[in-house]
Amino acid sequence: MRKYGKFAVLIAVVIAALVWLASTGVSETKTYYKTISEVGQMGDRAFTERLRVAGDVETGSIQHANGQVSFTLTQEKRELKVAYAGADPLPDTFRDGAQALADGRMGRDGVFHASKIQAKCASKYEAKPGNLRSAPAPPINKT
Amino acid sequence: MENVASLAVLLAFCAAIYALLASVVGRVRHKPFLIVSGERAVYAVWALISIGSTILVYALVTGDFRFSYVAQHSNRTMPLLYKFAAWWGGQEGSLLFWSWLLSTYSAVVVFTNRRKHRDMMPFVIGILMFVQTFFLILNNFVVNAFKMLSLEGSITAVQDGNGLNPLLQYPAMAIHPPMLYLGYVGFTVPFAFAIASLITRQPGEAWIHTTRRWTLVTWLFQSTGVMLGMAWAYHVLGWGGYWGWDPVENASVLPWLSGTAFLHSVMMQEKKGMMKVWNIVLISTTFLLCILGTSLTRTGLVQSVHAFAQGPLGKYFTSFLAICIAGIAYLIVDRLQYLKSEAQLESVISRESSFLFNNLILLASCFAVLWGTLFPVISEAVSGEKISLDSAWFNKLMIPIGLFLLILTGVGPLFAWRRTSTESLRRNFQWPGIASVVLVAALLAAGVRSFYALISFGFCLFVALTVLMEFFKGGRAIAAKNNMNLLRATFELTHRNTRRYGGYLVHMGIVLIFIGFTGAAFNKSDVKEMAVGDTLRLGRYDLKVVDLKEDENANYTWHRATVLVSRDGDVLGTLEPEKRFYKASRQGTSEVGVRPRLNEDLYLNFGGMSDDGVRAVIQAYVFPLVSWIWIGGLVLIGGTLVCLVPSKIKMQYARTEVVGITSKYAEVPK
Repeated sequence: MRKYGKFAVLIAVVIAALVWLASTGVSETKTYYKTISEVGQMGDRAFTERLRVAGDVETGSIQHANGQVSFTLTQEKRELKVAYAGADPLPDTFRDGAQALADGRMGRDGVFHASKIQAKCASKYEAKPGNLRSAPAPPINKT
Repeated sequence: MENVASLAVLLAFCAAIYALLASVVGRVRHKPFLIVSGERAVYAVWALISIGSTILVYALVTGDFRFSYVAQHSNRTMPLLYKFAAWWGGQEGSLLFWSWLLSTYSAVVVFTNRRKHRDMMPFVIGILMFVQTFFLILNNFVVNAFKMLSLEGSITAVQDGNGLNPLLQYPAMAIHPPMLYLGYVGFTVPFAFAIASLITRQPGEAWIHTTRRWTLVTWLFQSTGVMLGMAWAYHVLGWGGYWGWDPVENASVLPWLSGTAFLHSVMMQEKKGMMKVWNIVLISTTFLLCILGTSLTRTGLVQSVHAFAQGPLGKYFTSFLAICIAGIAYLIVDRLQYLKSEAQLESVISRESSFLFNNLILLASCFAVLWGTLFPVISEAVSGEKISLDSAWFNKLMIPIGLFLLILTGVGPLFAWRRTSTESLRRNFQWPGIASVVLVAALLAAGVRSFYALISFGFCLFVALTVLMEFFKGGRAIAAKNNMNLLRATFELTHRNTRRYGGYLVHMGIVLIFIGFTGAAFNKSDVKEMAVGDTLRLGRYDLKVVDLKEDENANYTWHRATVLVSRDGDVLGTLEPEKRFYKASRQGTSEVGVRPRLNEDLYLNFGGMSDDGVRAVIQAYVFPLVSWIWIGGLVLIGGTLVCLVPSKIKMQYARTEVVGITSKYAEVPK
């Protein structure tokens, strides 16, 4: 059975290496999905973890200044100020009223500093039934 | 007409259930008439779904905006190709397309096996129709494609539709979904044969021989689909990449990984009668991942933060998957004795062992991707908090896995069955090994410091050389024997054993793809707001905006920048990145300007206009070696096609140790 011992050791080494890579990777890149109200309830943790917050871009709130874009996300009447200064331009569909996903960290100043304004592959976009003649729900672009 | 379509699809549902019951009952009770009627019912299912689909396509093409589906996914101004492609552009239509493909495949299976596998076929039909029934339930009762728009009780039409999602209005994207679906749906057939052979306790490997070609074709579609998806992401999304570990991309690559593992491990069963349980598990996993992939892309399970396309679909898919898993698990446990292995592993340095590790790694990567994709769902279930992992996590895990696979690609096929002598190791690997070490040393000296890139280039050269040596050695032997020139002898060699040499070509394609991937370690990018006359320098390129234009046509409005490109002072020409805004769907898309070359691509994206409307945001990227991904993809497709050509010399897969032509002729004196 020595042969099988060798196989077992090799397989165990491979799997252990992968598990180690995967678990260390999780703590480095994990991002919490939170609603705006949940962010408010997180307390101090809100300032240390990476967060991803979804909401609608408030009409008229988008402002460009010194290479930084700031806007307000709203969700269920709660608001969150977001500042974005990333290198990538905003997605094609980012505009007033659009549904956006901000990825970044909460600052002590109460402003959410996004490193990425995220968006989805548009194939999942479907207009809500019965809503056909009004403006279609804002589609979201891919990251 | 809409009533005819609805009725046809409803009747198809009934016919599928009938085919399922008639085949299985006929087989169990030995009633030939029932079995035959079951087979005919399969053709009826195909005919009925075809009627329904034809009517939907007709409505899309002619713009019958009474159909809710047409109003959402077509409009008057779209080109004909995209009106047709709208068939699979939305949820209802794409699921109907799935059903139609499955019914087509089923009809082909029934026809080509009308005189073969008589004892197994009823169960094959039973399983195919079981899956068919599930999808027809969705088509009929959950996401019906033939819903009409109505206003106050009477059917009404809108003036014009929303149009196909503009991101999908791109030639590669029009055929990307059908390719992927041909792959997804195609794996149902080998799965059905595997399970049927398990149910009937078939002696031998009949199901593998019957479905090998089928699996290869399916795998080919799947690979093409994934490649097209990458090409589309690269050329249309304008974010300067081809793979972002998006759940939808992951969904397409999951069955590809397990299907690749299956294609390799069935060889173990063919030659040595080993890994029988494993192969059933693999093909079942592949099938389940295809269903899961469809469900991920169609139900918004993972992206549930966004309220798009959410509906009752998720629980249907979950229940179906649960039923399938339970059934498969029961069958395997119940018939373990039948699946007993006929041989044992002997040495760590052997072909068997390389297949084992190939499978382990492919499955591990598959599991890792699945885990990462479903992490938000899992973490929410476990801790109540929804946590997502981004592409950095996937890269961290998948780069080492990919490199390990790459090296296996090279060494695996050259290990002998059972055990490999040190002498043959030295003979096969000495020169490629030395060459790779030299290459890595040269790259280090040239200033390349990226660890993974060095390893990857070293492995790529190693694998490429081992593959080329195989062709060369075999070709030279034939050339010497038959007085041919080397090129002709190489063709002859390939023709004599298409499976083996086609496989080498596929491996060569993989090497080229990895070269392309590795180029990403040297990407450069910059972004700048530029007015006419402004310049930007990126690497060796000088970019100058010479014109900014805007205009519109019936389908969309557009902004376009004309950028003059020069390198080291030499003018190379102009690129015209463009931003489009589609009127019907109110969505924007990017038409990037790319200057593709074998060594590097210059890639310009029109990011948008600045607030003052004078300057354009231009993103510029340099992607070294990226073209090799597409070239490698073509080589991979070509190699798979070679595998499908019947070998000139009929290979007898007797279970004996096969001494390769290379080891026999390797020392032939000149």
